[in-house]
Amino acid sequence: MRALVVDDSRVMRKIVARTLIEEGFDVVEAGDGQEALDALATLTAAGEVPALACVDWNMPVMDGLSLVVEVRKQPAWRDVTLMMVTTESEHSQIVRALAAGAHEYLIKPFTAEGLREKLSLLGLLRAELDGAAW
Amino acid sequence: MTIAPDAFAYVRDLVHRESAIVLESGKEYLVESRLTPLARDAGARDVNDYVGSLRARTNPAAMKAVVEALTTNETSWFRDGDPFSALRTLVFPELARLRPNRSLRIWSAACSSGQEPYSVSMTVMDTPQLAGWRLEVVASDLSEEMVTRARAGRYSQLEVNRGLPATTLVKHFVREGAAWKVSPQVAAPVTFRQLNLVRPFPPMGRFDVVLLRNVLIYFDLATKRDILRRVRQVLAPDGFLFLGAAEMTMGVDDTWERVPAGRSSMYRIREECR
Repeated sequence: MRALVVDDSRVMRKIVARTLIEEGFDVVEAGDGQEALDALATLTAAGEVPALACVDWNMPVMDGLSLVVEVRKQPAWRDVTLMMVTTESEHSQIVRALAAGAHEYLIKPFTAEGLREKLSLLGLLRAELDGAAW
Repeated sequence: MTIAPDAFAYVRDLVHRESAIVLESGKEYLVESRLTPLARDAGARDVNDYVGSLRARTNPAAMKAVVEALTTNETSWFRDGDPFSALRTLVFPELARLRPNRSLRIWSAACSSGQEPYSVSMTVMDTPQLAGWRLEVVASDLSEEMVTRARAGRYSQLEVNRGLPATTLVKHFVREGAAWKVSPQVAAPVTFRQLNLVRPFPPMGRFDVVLLRNVLIYFDLATKRDILRRVRQVLAPDGFLFLGAAEMTMGVDDTWERVPAGRSSMYRIREECR
């Protein structure tokens, strides 16, 4: 499975990517919303639409919420699971992101286990995909 | 038993060295409760004895087990394999049929910092068949400190990241400073009390569901039997018992039978024993 990690912090991208790679994802990184749209278009042209995009909120050029809105407009990206990964933690912001089409919301700081549990909620955890009994 | 200060200091330093996690003073209870099963498996008298043996002889495997016991498996909310899917899809629909008085009583018997009883309350609120039912959740823990924390219902950002779907967070929690607090509607059915499972239970009435997860592992066989016998007395004959995913009654108390429910460890009292 492929995942797109969108964050303007290279360090944060690496932290998210590390857990995703451990969980068997091929990770593509983007530094802002526009780069993410470009990466999505390239991946889609190659027939490799990602299963998951982890999206920071505050980024230059195009922020994460705008990215979520743009992704949701495209039928080709209907199956991309969107998870916000951000320090923005107001109740109203989480509601806005979910209303815009994000499926999950992980607040920074988080632990690798916290990220795994979100993947589990989204049905994207490899161990559970392999041997799901439930 | 209380963990000795030097044993606590040794464990604190070990965990810090290996995981960078800081066990502050006041976490003695955590160390004691998490290491008790390891001490028992190793044949040690108690946790102090076990830590003593670790200090006397370098044992990398045992040290790794100690670090893991203290750094993983923090309490989280709804988790796959945990009973909440089973409650929603099997238990609550069944009880909705069996209880014409439209009233449910549930005991969270080792509630730790409160995630379990509040998760139960949220699950009931989100079950359409139970709309308008009277719910009572009794939550107990051995530790007075845990009971106090649980009753406050306040959780850090890190804690609400653990297994709680974002939709549930925004629906059932309110922000309070840097923390999140369970909503008054979720908290209302839940009452907390300190309770030692080893001693006779205080009068609590009958329960429809008892959650006794990951607590029997701390006791020897005779105590496990005794606790399960007394749980049977407070559980409605057609009620449901949940143990931890890796726990079972087999060989401990055969008046229980396991009910298939995915990875949940769910039991009922055998028909002939009711």
